[in-house]
Amino acid sequence: MIRFDDVTFWYDRATAPTLSGVDLQIDEGELVLVSGRTGSGKSTLLAMMNGLVPHFSGGTLAGDIAIAGDSIIGRPPRELAHLVGYVAQDPLAGFVSDTVEEELAYGMEHLGLPPQTMRRRVEETLDLLGIADLRHRSVRSLSGGQQQRVAIGSVLTMHPRVLVLDEPTSALDPTAAEDVLATIARLVDDLALTVVVAEHRMERVVPFADRLVIVRDGRVEVGPPATMLVDAPVAPPLVELGRLAGWEPLPLSVREARRRARPLAARLAPPPCERPTTRPPALAARGVSVRYGELVAVDGVDLTIGRGEVVALMGRNGSGKSSLLWAIQGSGDRTAGVVDVGGVDPGDLRPARARMLVGLVPQTAADLLYLETVDRECAAADDQAGVARGTCRSLLDRLTPAIPADRHPRDLSEGQKLALVLAIVLTAQPAVIALDEPTRGLDYPGKAELVRILRGLAAEGRGVVVSSHDVEFVAAAADSVVVLADGEVVSSGPARTVLAESPAFAPQVSKVLGPEWLTVDEVAAAMPTEVVR
Amino acid sequence: MTTVATPDRARRSARRRRELHPGAWWLWALGLAAGASFTLNPVLLVLLVVIAGLVVAACRGDAPWALSFRYYLVFGAVIVALRVLFRVLLGGGNPDAQVLVPLPEIPLPEVARSVQLLGDVTVDEVLIGLYDGMRLAALVICVGAANSLANPKRLLASAPPALYEVGAALVVAVSVFPQLAESVRRVDRARRLRGDAGRGTGAMHRVVIPVLEDALDRSMTLAAGMDARGYGRSGSATARERLVTGALMLAGLFGVSVGTYGYLDSTAPPLMAWPMLVLGLAFAGASLWSAGRRVRRTRYRPPRWWPAEYLTAGSGLVVAVGLKLLASHQVEVLHPAIPGWPPVSVAALVVVVVGVVPVFAAPAPPTGHLRAGEGS
Repeated sequence: MIRFDDVTFWYDRATAPTLSGVDLQIDEGELVLVSGRTGSGKSTLLAMMNGLVPHFSGGTLAGDIAIAGDSIIGRPPRELAHLVGYVAQDPLAGFVSDTVEEELAYGMEHLGLPPQTMRRRVEETLDLLGIADLRHRSVRSLSGGQQQRVAIGSVLTMHPRVLVLDEPTSALDPTAAEDVLATIARLVDDLALTVVVAEHRMERVVPFADRLVIVRDGRVEVGPPATMLVDAPVAPPLVELGRLAGWEPLPLSVREARRRARPLAARLAPPPCERPTTRPPALAARGVSVRYGELVAVDGVDLTIGRGEVVALMGRNGSGKSSLLWAIQGSGDRTAGVVDVGGVDPGDLRPARARMLVGLVPQTAADLLYLETVDRECAAADDQAGVARGTCRSLLDRLTPAIPADRHPRDLSEGQKLALVLAIVLTAQPAVIALDEPTRGLDYPGKAELVRILRGLAAEGRGVVVSSHDVEFVAAAADSVVVLADGEVVSSGPARTVLAESPAFAPQVSKVLGPEWLTVDEVAAAMPTEVVR
Repeated sequence: MTTVATPDRARRSARRRRELHPGAWWLWALGLAAGASFTLNPVLLVLLVVIAGLVVAACRGDAPWALSFRYYLVFGAVIVALRVLFRVLLGGGNPDAQVLVPLPEIPLPEVARSVQLLGDVTVDEVLIGLYDGMRLAALVICVGAANSLANPKRLLASAPPALYEVGAALVVAVSVFPQLAESVRRVDRARRLRGDAGRGTGAMHRVVIPVLEDALDRSMTLAAGMDARGYGRSGSATARERLVTGALMLAGLFGVSVGTYGYLDSTAPPLMAWPMLVLGLAFAGASLWSAGRRVRRTRYRPPRWWPAEYLTAGSGLVVAVGLKLLASHQVEVLHPAIPGWPPVSVAALVVVVVGVVPVFAAPAPPTGHLRAGEGS
């Protein structure tokens, strides 16, 4: 169905090709998962399949790509729209129409299909994706998971033979992500579609995938998931656990792993005891409420962050996590409640002083960056915080060493950008650090790095609060978890208790080995020495 | 509107909330604007603006573009103020007029003899500036009303297929522009996290750069998304066809420009006015047809003209034609003598008030455009 023949691609002014010598054959009706580190060229590979690369990105492409037997070299994306349905990362940014129904019909209008056919296909697609009740809704008013399903539907109406999805769940909460991925798996069964999907949360897709494509150093390797994962640069916790225990072949689903784990569980040392929970508070918030007009975003929330503690905020999209973080930082709206950081309420202070109490890394961290080089950003941060030149740079080097000083901040990887913004925020020496959804766009090694950084900040005696959808990340990073729903706290307590209590939030290791285990590292520490390879 | 002739019609009227055809809104608004251009009577102009405001208040939805009307009102006020100010600054006019504020005239060198700087402020010049500014403001506000009422995306979808390349840019602009305000707010909030509460050009730079980058990213994503979904599938246009289309389009634009100038400048030879305009429009039409031939597309539920659309567009037309007729029959009403209290006639009032018809004729707009989960 899709054939890459010795494909090499350079972006303009790049020193090395992004992809080189790619040979790839994907058969009809296959579901192929594309994985690799952030910035490895996954998106480039995907966008080649419908001509967005090189037609929209610029660059030079050598070799041949064929879809359904015809070469697509030189054909722009619009001429391939009937063959390849391409769903980009952020569905909202790609919506052209106002309502769900119009959005579904948009592609067909441009194919020039007769109105009766369009009506029929719109109805079929609404039912197929379970969004019939949303048909007259405005696309902007939908939740993230609904938007993603509309985006998938809007290309399915064109009856493409190939469906290409670039990180379809990166912005979704665990339940919504589950829904979208289940929908994709069903499409492969029902429509005999060829599906190519790039996905950070591999653990959710691997069980459905026929084959795994790994993009590494511009090269592409392909094979069955179980064998490819043995030495893949990015691997879900399940696979890490399998590697640790030396299981062959590697388990791909939780069910499979559970069967294999019984003998392992018996040999493990007793699970780690709870970290101490009584710490002097770095921040204590009482009865915080945030209201935007009619909408109550945060409703009387109490939150205590101890010194040296990492608190994770979890909950659906729109449950009030961001509003709460902004409110306790002091520069966001707060309708009611008090915040106490060392006897002072940051909400009463000017922004320049408030950030010395609570530092916040916002969801779109790059909003803080506006200068041309990393060095100038650091120098500006030093001046703004009134500290000696070089403070920010040395913080940055401690977080993530060896970021080139003359690099433009926009050209950094997501992880480096995050580290730079974090360093800028830390320059003011706040007692509490808040991070809003920092894991977006980070792969497994990137997240592990962030866990190390956050634990390091906590070890210095700061309070850390981080909002995240990512269960595995929270399991590794957090001491305690607060779950928000509709602006209220629905559960809070030590991470181990809260995470294992909820089926939606249980990390894979807990699902396999039981609620007393959260992360692979814990299991590794408890392994009898003779088993560790 | 209540006749149930076909099942389709029955279904359509059963769903009460819908968007009026954007073309109908534009015809109505342009009708009001044309009407405003025929008169200098402040009473009629104020009435026109009030009617436009009434219709906007009654008929607009909750979409982002619907909130833009107040900016046009502010803009209108600025226009009036500037017109009066310039009149006062550049003075001149009737030397016998009643003096409001005596001011010395600033002597200018011989070259600028025809220009009079300052001088006595007379009732006449203030009123002339005021009326003139009000007419211009009314024009702008009428266009603003159309902008807040008509869904720009639907209007673009109704545009002839030949305008595809321009259409793509417009769709992107229309979609990304409302998000700019949100971008600015987000970046400004983030700026405070750096402890940077400063003002001035430096602060501007710190907001503008991330916002522009954001807008550019969004635009590119949207354009790529549209392309990936078949926008502008061209079939096969040969180089020759493109050349013919381009030449026709240029000729059309030239004709329309010269024709419009000829029409507006009364000293131009009459041959330059209507004939050139008609010729230009013909060429433009031919180029649109030539370019549209190669684009094949269909519409899902095309917006149709129901009685409400005809009533709305018709009311605009009545205002325009009515005031045009009155302009030659009741000169003293539409161009009141200065100074003096502007006279009004029943006929003129009735004609202008017809513009309020959409308040009763237009269906309620659909709701649900509001962004959900603002600030999550």
